[in-house]
Amino acid sequence: MEAFTQHQGLVVPLDRANVDTDAIIPKQFLKSIKRSGFGPNLFDEWRYMDHGEPGMDNSKRPVNPDFILNFPRYEGASVLLARENFGCGSSREHAPWALEDYGFKAVIAPSYADIFFNNCFKNGILPIVLDNKTMDVLFEEAESTEGYQLAIDLDKQTVTRPNGEVISFEVEPDRKHSLYNGLDDIGITLQQEQSITDYEEARKQRAPWLFS
Amino acid sequence: MAKTLYDKLWDDHLVAENPDGSALIYIDRQLLHEVTSPQAFEGLKIAGRKPRRIEANLATPDHNVPTTNNEREQGISGIADPISLIQVKTLDENCDEFGVTQFNIDDIRQGIVHVVGPEQGYTLPGLTMVCGDSHTATHGAFGAMAFGVGTSEVEHVLATQCLRQKKMKNMLVKVDGKLGYGVTAKDVVLAVIGEIGTAGGNGHAIEFAGTAIEELSMEGRMTICNMAIEAGARVGLVAVDDKTIEYVKGRPFAPQKEHWDMAVKAWNDLHTDEGAHFDTIVELKAEDIAPQVTWGTSPEMVKPVTGSIPNPLSEDNPVKKEGIERALEYMDLKADSAISSIPVDKVFIGSCTNSRIEDMREAAEVAKGRKVAASVKQAMVVPGSGLVKEQAEAEGLDKIFVEAGFEWREPGCSMCLAMNADRLEPGEHCASTSNRNFEGRQGQGGRTHLVSPAMAAAAAVYGHFTDVRDIEISSLRGGA
Ligand code: SF4
Repeated sequence: MEAFTQHQGLVVPLDRANVDTDAIIPKQFLKSIKRSGFGPNLFDEWRYMDHGEPGMDNSKRPVNPDFILNFPRYEGASVLLARENFGCGSSREHAPWALEDYGFKAVIAPSYADIFFNNCFKNGILPIVLDNKTMDVLFEEAESTEGYQLAIDLDKQTVTRPNGEVISFEVEPDRKHSLYNGLDDIGITLQQEQSITDYEEARKQRAPWLFS
Repeated sequence: MAKTLYDKLWDDHLVAENPDGSALIYIDRQLLHEVTSPQAFEGLKIAGRKPRRIEANLATPDHNVPTTNNEREQGISGIADPISLIQVKTLDENCDEFGVTQFNIDDIRQGIVHVVGPEQGYTLPGLTMVCGDSHTATHGAFGAMAFGVGTSEVEHVLATQCLRQKKMKNMLVKVDGKLGYGVTAKDVVLAVIGEIGTAGGNGHAIEFAGTAIEELSMEGRMTICNMAIEAGARVGLVAVDDKTIEYVKGRPFAPQKEHWDMAVKAWNDLHTDEGAHFDTIVELKAEDIAPQVTWGTSPEMVKPVTGSIPNPLSEDNPVKKEGIERALEYMDLKADSAISSIPVDKVFIGSCTNSRIEDMREAAEVAKGRKVAASVKQAMVVPGSGLVKEQAEAEGLDKIFVEAGFEWREPGCSMCLAMNADRLEPGEHCASTSNRNFEGRQGQGGRTHLVSPAMAAAAAVYGHFTDVRDIEISSLRGGA
């Protein structure tokens, strides 16, 4: 996994609550057996005017000019502003894969669905939680200022606005550590191999029916 | 100290607590399906890692398999969509290569993972269980800590049999009283989501308790836990009682002989202790719950069938108000009109929420001796597994459905998420027993209304939503 240390990038404001994983990446694209290539189909049903299917040449499809990601001024955005409960719905990791493949490095929202939140950290995307009042300010600025950028520093746990104001955010230490160092979760867990083996032995005694 | 059921399950699976506040949790069993596992197996191969306990995994294809009898007669080669075919084939190949027990597309035991697990006794009380699918909470009906994970975690469990987790908070949803005639588990859980909202359970494990929950069958409890995720909770739970143990007994993967007695003894402790602490408590009265229908694009947008569609003008919260407006536009519905006036174009009875034998029976009771309305373009019944299908056919339910004009299909997820050919056309309204009514969930532009199996069958017969309590129901259950 790619590490996330610092990032400064163009911000796109997606002003709706409860954006679900079906909207982030519609199910027909889940048929792929790969991890990559989902970017062109991120928000597919909102982004294009026609019905998308895997294998289509996306560059030839009619785009929806009213969808915010398609506004020329947001081209190349790498920071997504969102509203409450972003990423609700299914557990599909294809959602962060699609965000990442599109070029997003961070999402900023007042709240996330649990599984999606978790999946982001496993794929090099930093999901930042900020309160509603701050979110309103960021939305307002991103909408009114062309080329609006935010600077994010994971180590310091800060988001810096163009006017220099620094906003702090919380992140759990273990998640931060893994993301900051781009660590492989399985590798970390395997360092505790002995504890797992000990646990397994004890569990075998207590619940032998699970091991027969 | 008094513990909740969730506390007990957590403590019992704690491998290590880390200084950073996270914990390593042991995962007893994992369910695999074709959509979220290929990248996990690929990850293992790339890293040159071996599965730790491959026998702790059970696989079956469900999301992508066709459900028409024609296609299924030809087994795997009957899958018309070449991309779906590759995915199902990849599952076969991975299971062969790694030695995972699989119920493949031709196996009578194949079905939706969350129907198959309990049916096989693979789901047991006291387990930790995961699957790359958010509706894994279903298995919590057995007093198991079951939750959905992403593909990286599927791989993590394959490689280590553990997951790094943070303990969730405890939430109690207590439903006391007696459910009215025609009111089912599905209506209870929709009413709960209507009450607490789709983010109400975020960060919590929800235990469902109270006399109305105790009265439910195991199928009903599974329906409730299944939709815990729609209330934002990854884990749903019901305490173990005699019904749980009776249900599990004798199933293929359940403990046998001397292990059985030992297991039952351990399982009898799987309930919340008197006086244990819950961070949040929500109480509902069973008598207040009517059959429910969702009118919008989120499961919390739900009303009793006797109610009417909300008016955005009477909503003060601007985010909610906009949500209602957007939903009304997408659903093409008018504020203040009666729920019962919504016309239905298609009907889907199935999904991991409502495709078990009891659901089939409830729908058949309404369908019996009636006909699907001429205005309804398609009504389909999709059993949750090959074994549910077999049982339903033994009871003659298939004939009731077919005579009434329903299609009787082969097991799979089908139109719950429309990954295969079963889907809505733009603009169609569907009475669906599934669990999600998001925009486009059942097909781009499709409009989903979540209901119970009996309510779905009634909508099929009348062509619009109809209160099942007003319908005379023929009892299929031995003259009771
Ligand atoms: S039936 Fe629907 S919700 Fe259940 S596992 Fe299948 S797709 Fe997911």
